[in-house]
Amino acid sequence: MTKSPLSEGVVAGRLAPGQLAENFADLHPQLEDHEALVAADRCYFCHDAPCMTACPTDIDIPLFIRQIATGTPEAAARTILSQNILGGMCARVCPTETLCEEVCVREVAEGKPVEIGRLQRYATDTLMAADVHPFERDTATGKKVAVVGAGPAGLSAAHRLAMYGHDVTVFDARAKAGGLNEFGIASYKSVENFAAREVDWLLKIGGITVETGKKLGDGLTLDGLKAEYDAVFLGIGLGGVNALGVDGEDKSGVLDAVDFISDLRQASDLADVEIGRDVVVIGGGMTAVDAAVQAKLLGALNVSLVYRRGRDRMNASVFEQDLAASKGVRIITNASPKAVIGNGAVREIEFEYTGDDLAPTGQTVRLAADQVFKAIGQTLEGEGLPALEGRKIAVDGTGRTSVDGVWAGGDCASGGDDLTVTAVAEGRDAAEDIHATLMA
Amino acid sequence: MANLESDFIGIKSPNPFWLASAPPTDKEYNVRRAFEAGWGGVVWKTLGSEGPPVVNVNGPRYGAIHGADRRLLGLNNIELITDRPLEVNLEEMTRVKRDYPDHALIASVMVPCEEDEWKRILPMIAETGCDGFELNFGCPHGMAERGMGSAVGQVPDYIEMVARWCKEATDLPVIVKLTPNITNILYPAEAALRGGADAVSLINTINSITSVNLDVMSPEPMIDGKGTHGGYCGPAVKPIAMNMVAEIARNPATANLPISGIGGVTTWRDAAEFMALGAGNVQVCTAAMTYGFKIVQEMISGLSQWMDEKGYESTADFVGLATPNVTDWQYLNLNHVTKAVINQDDCIKCGRCYAACEDTSHQAIEMSEDRVFTVKDDECVACNLCVNVCPVENCITMRTLEAGEMDERTGKPVEADYGNWTAHPNNPMAQAAE
Repeated sequence: MTKSPLSEGVVAGRLAPGQLAENFADLHPQLEDHEALVAADRCYFCHDAPCMTACPTDIDIPLFIRQIATGTPEAAARTILSQNILGGMCARVCPTETLCEEVCVREVAEGKPVEIGRLQRYATDTLMAADVHPFERDTATGKKVAVVGAGPAGLSAAHRLAMYGHDVTVFDARAKAGGLNEFGIASYKSVENFAAREVDWLLKIGGITVETGKKLGDGLTLDGLKAEYDAVFLGIGLGGVNALGVDGEDKSGVLDAVDFISDLRQASDLADVEIGRDVVVIGGGMTAVDAAVQAKLLGALNVSLVYRRGRDRMNASVFEQDLAASKGVRIITNASPKAVIGNGAVREIEFEYTGDDLAPTGQTVRLAADQVFKAIGQTLEGEGLPALEGRKIAVDGTGRTSVDGVWAGGDCASGGDDLTVTAVAEGRDAAEDIHATLMA
Repeated sequence: MANLESDFIGIKSPNPFWLASAPPTDKEYNVRRAFEAGWGGVVWKTLGSEGPPVVNVNGPRYGAIHGADRRLLGLNNIELITDRPLEVNLEEMTRVKRDYPDHALIASVMVPCEEDEWKRILPMIAETGCDGFELNFGCPHGMAERGMGSAVGQVPDYIEMVARWCKEATDLPVIVKLTPNITNILYPAEAALRGGADAVSLINTINSITSVNLDVMSPEPMIDGKGTHGGYCGPAVKPIAMNMVAEIARNPATANLPISGIGGVTTWRDAAEFMALGAGNVQVCTAAMTYGFKIVQEMISGLSQWMDEKGYESTADFVGLATPNVTDWQYLNLNHVTKAVINQDDCIKCGRCYAACEDTSHQAIEMSEDRVFTVKDDECVACNLCVNVCPVENCITMRTLEAGEMDERTGKPVEADYGNWTAHPNNPMAQAAE
């Protein structure tokens, strides 16, 4: 029987294949050649440009835009990739509206920034479409480095180390490399298998071996890696998911948003992905928005994104919030979960209204829910790790941990904004320090 | 409402906007549509001798320079004069003039530099009822290789000679179209005047190569792997054209020689500028070739609005008003001191003024940690580069120092009196002021 958004329960195939394809199409279509020239021409080539300062990877943005404007997008790509080897993915997922484009002088002056993100994508896509890897590996040093975690931080570190001639082995718990790029972001930001293609392209530098299905505590130990390798980089991300800590959380239909996103990303056919008629996402970050929007795009009738504070406190950017709203996601703020209600499976979830200081008001509201996706933050997992700072691995400015010979970066490490681009910067900078240390 | 009617050397037209002799004026079909669209006059595409007409290349005729969003800034062409038989052109001109008696129809002519050629063809053309002639001494490509066009325009004696033949051959007004491919525009202009020309029109196109195909290693436009220099026109040439117009207008010998201004006129403002420098009317080509005949409507409405705002009742009221203010460098007032001022409210902090001044000028702009840009008056020579590179119009302006005010750069108070180089103490040729 044909399913529709009105169908009860958690079912697959609420929308026709054509509609699904349209819903999950590229969020920001690639600029055409002429569009790119026009967009590039808007750049003022600022002195000591604010956009460069705002970029966590310090990409020379005015230079690469000028290279596009003068008809050499391949050179532009090299400018980008020399600072950020995952510039292609960052062009897709960076919250540019809170980074480079926020401080673009044209945003400040006119409310209309140079489209830096889309121009970056134009350049990197042009180079990747030509199947060119623009860097060459130095003469082999004979040094071996272990990188744990094949996400943005680990891949960035691995590439830089391999480029310097070190032999790098990258371990990852999952069956595929890519980390959150592959498993943790909305599908419409990485269409046509981009994350996997980018990893393949990155590995063309040579000197990198990827071993999947291995993680610390399951086949690997930090001591073992230290013994076998000259240096270790940990880019293990945050493997755990915070619990709601409310009654009924164990009922079926209460899921981790990251698992929903991961399953959706790995699904061979979106028509096979099950989604509830009434979906509630709890959280206020990018993961919450990615889950909520995709639930709606799969055909859920009602999707509510519930956050415990006001909208201005949400970690998701205004652009992401507006995207969710435009797709029909209802954003409910100032409400904290109190209880999951249902007989075995979730049927409703009760919230209590809370002030921005989280002070309870005593007033509650119940939302119908076939599915509840938890997106209230992730936690570091693993044993025998270097010393922590708070809930993350303590690192200094170059990624050094408390353990000699062990560096860390990305979401698992202290500092940073838990952005893809930050992870890339941290992986790159740690690699530079590892290289300097190994060659000293 | 301002009256745009134009009387240029006795040739009347509803407005001062003529289409220059070029592809847009090559045939009856176009010219009728041009007049319907609002053009005041047309200089018909250059006519050549009787007999088999010239032939054009069968590959591209135009090359271009583009700005942002492919805005056409400069165009060059290697097209020759009309490649249609003389009789056909004359028949068409006759019909057009008959149907548009109030519009100006000028015949552009280019024949070999022989007296009988010119004296035979002009009366034939006059039969069409045309209002005057424009002698094409300007085209720098193709025809010049055959001793015509700019090959004549580059030799003042030839200009004078041919102009004189033509004045002897016709009672109609004769305009000499000048080439800019010379070192001093006054020589050909004065030659035209000596020959009896009623007016000059300028500029014709500038010798140019617009681009090089770096794969084939050939100039563009490329014909079977080779290119040749073409005539450059469009907005890019306007400054060159205006200077030449002004030079003729302010030269005592040619001050009363009427000028038809040509070169990159794209908007009403361009036309007003040419006319303020001394052109009695303007001719347009590239703008029409870029946007079509309709652009004349903006030129008409814009010039009319501006004239109303300024209180000019006819175009003659403002023609040449800027000419007296075109002077030699040596007469510029060296006691006029200005300093750049950056309006911090308008500044968008791009830093272009800083980069330009710091790297290439006088290190007179300071940049603070938080990107506040300020002018150092003790270094600023008022060069205006910061004004020109600033993307925000009027964000940086030049403030004129009052007489007596200290110029922090020189450490001297600004002098109240006009003082120029001719009397400056550093000038070895200076003459003591009496």
